[in-house]
Amino acid sequence: MDRKIRVLVAKPGLDGHDRGAKVVARALRDAGMEVIYTGLRQTPEMIAEAALQEDVDAVGLSILSGAHLALTPRVIELLRANGQTDVHVFLGGIIPEEDVPQLLAMGVAAVYGPGTATSKIAEDIRKAVLGE
Amino acid sequence: MDVAEAVEAVRAGSRLALARLITQVENDTAVGRAALDRLFPFTGRAHLVGITGSPGTGKSSLVNALARELRRPTPAGLERRIAIIAVDPSSPFTGGAVLGDRVRMRDLTGDPGIFIRSMAARGALGGLSAATAAVSQVLDAAGFDVVLIETVGAGQSEVDIARLAHTTLVVESPGMGDDIQAIKAGILEIADILVVNKADRPGVENTERALRTMLELAKNHTAEEAWLPPVLRTVAVQSVGVEELRQMIEAHSEYLHRTGQWQQRDAERLRAELDHLIQATLVERWRSALPSGALDAALTALAQRKISPHQALEELL
Repeated sequence: MDRKIRVLVAKPGLDGHDRGAKVVARALRDAGMEVIYTGLRQTPEMIAEAALQEDVDAVGLSILSGAHLALTPRVIELLRANGQTDVHVFLGGIIPEEDVPQLLAMGVAAVYGPGTATSKIAEDIRKAVLGE
Repeated sequence: MDVAEAVEAVRAGSRLALARLITQVENDTAVGRAALDRLFPFTGRAHLVGITGSPGTGKSSLVNALARELRRPTPAGLERRIAIIAVDPSSPFTGGAVLGDRVRMRDLTGDPGIFIRSMAARGALGGLSAATAAVSQVLDAAGFDVVLIETVGAGQSEVDIARLAHTTLVVESPGMGDDIQAIKAGILEIADILVVNKADRPGVENTERALRTMLELAKNHTAEEAWLPPVLRTVAVQSVGVEELRQMIEAHSEYLHRTGQWQQRDAERLRAELDHLIQATLVERWRSALPSGALDAALTALAQRKISPHQALEELL
């Protein structure tokens, strides 16, 4: 079976900077994944609905606005409520170091700051999805 | 995944079950095939509408506006459920894809009567992916009244959509290349409805005139009750002309039913699907029955010019 990894890359919240999200989307494509890109200013509800319809294996959130502690748990809660208990959530952007443990405790698989090698993100997603 | 349970959940309207089953079908798994077998008796109801055209003509925005228009209750108070399949190209080098059609369809989120699925072409060249037809059957059986199928941004040869859809829209926009493009065969010949989108832009008259001229040349004068593809103007992002487009799509559906072409197209589509399955299966059977090394030996003999391709065929079959 041709197991294609499908990833939703989304930008929740109100900041208008989607360069990071686009760079990651492109890198995941180059790693052979199918990336559903949904664009700017998505609500957690919109993200969860897209993740459901697209039956993705992972969701990558890009948050630069500082609202990660509010938006991330909401997305995870909605994914779980929809029955997508096996979807891995990754977070990238400007995230203070001291918030990371709390985010991981909420169920985020990994948090990536500026300067992370995109190949590492792709490799982490692949390992998480394929259970390696 | 239990097939019977999955099929039942899809028929009962579970969006999670539907999304997961589409993945199985897209990956052509045993579960996906078994589910298709069970769902097939429930197919044949939905109106499959294809949307194709060059990149940048506004196909995704038009699909967005059209889906919203189709969601408005009919005069009889009927509400239609709409599914959307949006196909984007896969990278020929990595097999990956960025599927971005949802960016233009954000108005549609939150509506439980709409289901959007992005698909990568996965190497198929006709503007659709190999599994698009099967996925449209799943959506049909799931009870969606209309399935909008947006192809990869198509040039002149991506015409598979005409074989799959009941009604094919070809979307153009002003200023997309010179007018002679309109006369090129292929993509325009498959149009049931021509849409000039972005019609608020300069040059719309030229584009429209070129399309009409082309249609005039291609007109079938022999058929008694032939469908003449109309040319409609839309500005999708402002929903201008979209109600008229919806009415024209309904008129085309009515025409297909009235003239028996609905059944005819259905029969042609099923024949093509069966043909394809037979060919793929026969090749697979032949390959697995072939003594190991036989193909390589034949290829070597071919390369050394000891035998011709036809002689190789005789040896291998």
